[in-house]
Amino acid sequence: MTLVEFIDNFADLFDETDHDTISASTRYKELAEWSSLLALSVIAMIDEEYDVEFRGDDIRCSNTVEDLYNIVEARVG
Amino acid sequence: MAKITYHGVGIKALSACVPCDIVYNKDLGYLIPEEEIEKTINNIGIEQRRIAAPDVMASDLCFKAAQQLMADNHIQPESIDVLLFMSQTSDYRIPATSCLLQHRLGLPRETMCFDISLGCSGYLFALSAAFAYASMDGVNRVLLLDGETFSKIVNRHDKVDWPLYGDAGTATLVEKGDYGDATFMLNTDGSGEEALKIHAGMRNPITPESCVERVREDGNIRSDLEVFMDGMDVFNFAISKVPKSIKLLLKETDRTTDDVDYMVFHQANRFMMDFFVKKLKISPDRVPYCIHKYGNTSSASIPLTISSELSGKLTGDNMVLMSGFGAGLSWGSAIVNMRDCKVSPVIEY
Repeated sequence: MTLVEFIDNFADLFDETDHDTISASTRYKELAEWSSLLALSVIAMIDEEYDVEFRGDDIRCSNTVEDLYNIVEARVG
Repeated sequence: MAKITYHGVGIKALSACVPCDIVYNKDLGYLIPEEEIEKTINNIGIEQRRIAAPDVMASDLCFKAAQQLMADNHIQPESIDVLLFMSQTSDYRIPATSCLLQHRLGLPRETMCFDISLGCSGYLFALSAAFAYASMDGVNRVLLLDGETFSKIVNRHDKVDWPLYGDAGTATLVEKGDYGDATFMLNTDGSGEEALKIHAGMRNPITPESCVERVREDGNIRSDLEVFMDGMDVFNFAISKVPKSIKLLLKETDRTTDDVDYMVFHQANRFMMDFFVKKLKISPDRVPYCIHKYGNTSSASIPLTISSELSGKLTGDNMVLMSGFGAGLSWGSAIVNMRDCKVSPVIEY
């Protein structure tokens, strides 16, 4: 997996946010479109694309897209 | 993992009853910003729910469902050997609600009655218990009543839980007969106890403080007597366990999704069920839903979905795969031939 590919998968979950504005350093919880339902989409995407279990605390403890990537990368088998 | 196969036992009839009062999620403006309501409804798939009046309990809904089932199928009370009541919203702490229902339904004193308490996975575990008793010498018929009134234990200012839950009561009649094999796989992971919990009980005794509504995480309001759910953890649990457990059940019974006529999921939320359908690559026309009408009715949701969506459709052989998951953490799946099952349509209380 690569960070670029992860950012693409992450950005695809957003309908109203310009994908070009999402980068590794984006503090995603500050995006207007971010919601608890989008958090579920992130968990589903990480399960589907990387077969990694992602918990609520993983979302709560991370701030940027790269933080999410780092957690997933550490768990990829 | 408990993998159990029962021989020559099946579901003869099934019924369900919901409260007549309807609550619409489009009216949740006090809880969710107006501009997010439509998106929330589309995502969770719940437009409306049935909410029991203050004096209507899960046992009342089950009682009416049972009366309907017995009338529709000419079941004499004397023919019921075992009565099981599966609920986490029972009438009293003592006595068990199944005892009260034995009396109300006019079942004989020789009827064995007891309650089962589990979360949203409860129907699978209780149905397995019903199949187990019906398999035994000396027992021919088991009446399983599964009902919940989560509206009584969810705070109306909890935006995680309140938009989801509805109330329902169901009745399932299990008996000996020419039904072939039924296989159940039931699982538990108590390390996830915090994901879905009511804090107050015996370990945390109920005091006047327990009743005080407090502002919690993300502005949700709740007392210690009401349900807390970590939505993200429960979602992660469900998507990581349920598809795998269904695939394992199919493998262990030498079947594929093509052999399943209907796959009935616990109606947790639409987003989650759509994920399962995609992951399992099962045709959506074989996956009945009633969540848009009734919401998440906890353990009653599987029999409620069968009553709502499959009434009149279960003639001849019908392989039905059911899957439930929830608090505990607890999850289970079963594949059952619901051959010629008489399913009564949903009635109102």
